[in-house]
Amino acid sequence: MKIGVCLKQVPATDSAIKVNADASGIVTDDVKWIVNPYDEYALEAALQLKEAGKASEVVVLCMGGADADARIKDGLARGAGSAVRLDDPAFAGSDSLGVARVLAAAAQKAEIGLLLCGRQAVDTDNWQVPAMTAEVLGWGQISAISSLELDGETLEADRAAGGGSTHVVQTRLPAVLTCDKGLNTPRFATLKGIMMAKRKKIAVWGAGDLGLDAGQVGAAASHVTVTSYTPPAARPAGRIIDGYSAAAKAQELVRLLREEAKVI
Amino acid sequence: MGSGILVFCESDGGTIKKTAFELLTKARELAGALGGSVSAVLIGGGDTQALGVHGAETIYQVEGDAFGPYTTGSYTRALQTVIGQADAAVVLGAASPLGKDLFPRLAARLDAGLATECTALAVSGGNLTGIRPVYGGKALTEVTLTSATALATVRPNSFSIEPGAAAGNVVAVEVALGDGDALTEVVEVKASASEVVDLTEAERIVAGGRSLKSEENFQSVIVPLANVIGATPGASRAAVDAGYTPHSWQVGQTGKVVNPQLYIACGISGAIQHLAGMRTSKVIVAVNKDPEAPIFAHASYGIVDDLFEVCPALTSALEAALR
Repeated sequence: MKIGVCLKQVPATDSAIKVNADASGIVTDDVKWIVNPYDEYALEAALQLKEAGKASEVVVLCMGGADADARIKDGLARGAGSAVRLDDPAFAGSDSLGVARVLAAAAQKAEIGLLLCGRQAVDTDNWQVPAMTAEVLGWGQISAISSLELDGETLEADRAAGGGSTHVVQTRLPAVLTCDKGLNTPRFATLKGIMMAKRKKIAVWGAGDLGLDAGQVGAAASHVTVTSYTPPAARPAGRIIDGYSAAAKAQELVRLLREEAKVI
Repeated sequence: MGSGILVFCESDGGTIKKTAFELLTKARELAGALGGSVSAVLIGGGDTQALGVHGAETIYQVEGDAFGPYTTGSYTRALQTVIGQADAAVVLGAASPLGKDLFPRLAARLDAGLATECTALAVSGGNLTGIRPVYGGKALTEVTLTSATALATVRPNSFSIEPGAAAGNVVAVEVALGDGDALTEVVEVKASASEVVDLTEAERIVAGGRSLKSEENFQSVIVPLANVIGATPGASRAAVDAGYTPHSWQVGQTGKVVNPQLYIACGISGAIQHLAGMRTSKVIVAVNKDPEAPIFAHASYGIVDDLFEVCPALTSALEAALR
């Protein structure tokens, strides 16, 4: 069985984000790009399953331009066997469902039996594409897993169900799983891995390779239009509470929380 | 083309969640601009009368053995059935762990546009629009949904709750499930040891940073302060990575994005990825020894002092004030 890992290039989480002049996006000049942190847990889970003899190959699937190749190489350096970049002008302007149709078609073409993703991409924070991909494929899905066992065809995973409770969920292959922090500790690339990754070719598939047309992907098929970007409103200036002791400051804070902010 | 707004109301052990009332209140406002009526869908039991009191003209109730613990397939089929029956043009839900799993699957099923994690909703030119934080809240986007059915999930605590009585007619809905609706199965539910509200839904949060220095100090300093005001405890990434708290406590761009009335940050410097996760908190209190800590630039109230002295004093002062 081949495992597909969806990998996305995103700005590093310690990046400052500035909205561009015409409010159509962000300024990317000074942004440092990384592999989406949650995708690292997905890749690590895939590599561990391969090492346990439960998968034949780990395939990186990445939607993006050639500038994402460095991130894909990072995935290959950590141990993925092959990689496909999904790139076509026809994909531009896709909403999450359009992206899901691309990934679903790619998963089928690559004969993927288990698709692992991050629980969310930390750029658009949509939390949409993996579940949509599962629906397009007609596969089971388990979101934001913090543990994973594969026994034959049966997958079992823990997922946080809210309010601190955890559901232990089972599904069967093929399936889509999204990975949360705590699932594992992602490995670093080794020098040998980096050298090997340099020699590996990244396949590029477009709409034609995947049998997709403009009715399914791209701006024409999109139901969601981003009309503007704005910076978050600045918070009103706060104040530092003075006092002769920690206890006095605490006392004054309680008064302010009750009488001024009225939140206690 | 449908009309009207359907609110998916989550319940927890038969108790309807606060987010349902927030969404119903907002749905009434949107219905004024969009036309049509406000209805609710409830899976399992719950206080249907309260949904009527908050503005649901019709309450579609789905019950049955297949609707015990949440599973993606059965709930997607149930929502799909009710949306068809209600002929809804807009469907709203909470950006909860359940909503995050359900709504994208449902949107793909319906070939519908979905705006997730919204903090505001409006109607413009007959279309639903939403404000969505992106890049962990470092920027906001406005999105417009142009599909015949528009779906949106909203962060808890984004809207106020106001009653607005409506008929509240309960309609039982039969949902026919097939093999394709049973792709997953919940084999065990591990209940939480604590009774606290999830961070993403909490109205009050007390969070600690690496300066707490140990798991024991989180238990002896942060937890008692949180308990006295019924807050949920949280932590910075540095504290989580140091092993002082479980991952589930992490607030920030790579943890949970929170939206409480009161956020008390103790010994948290305010790294950009942490600020991204809590900047929409209504009131932010920062306690830190370092007067240069970036968190103070975002705090409503700051105390520059040792958290090991301030927090116990604050716990006692709050105890006395609330007695």
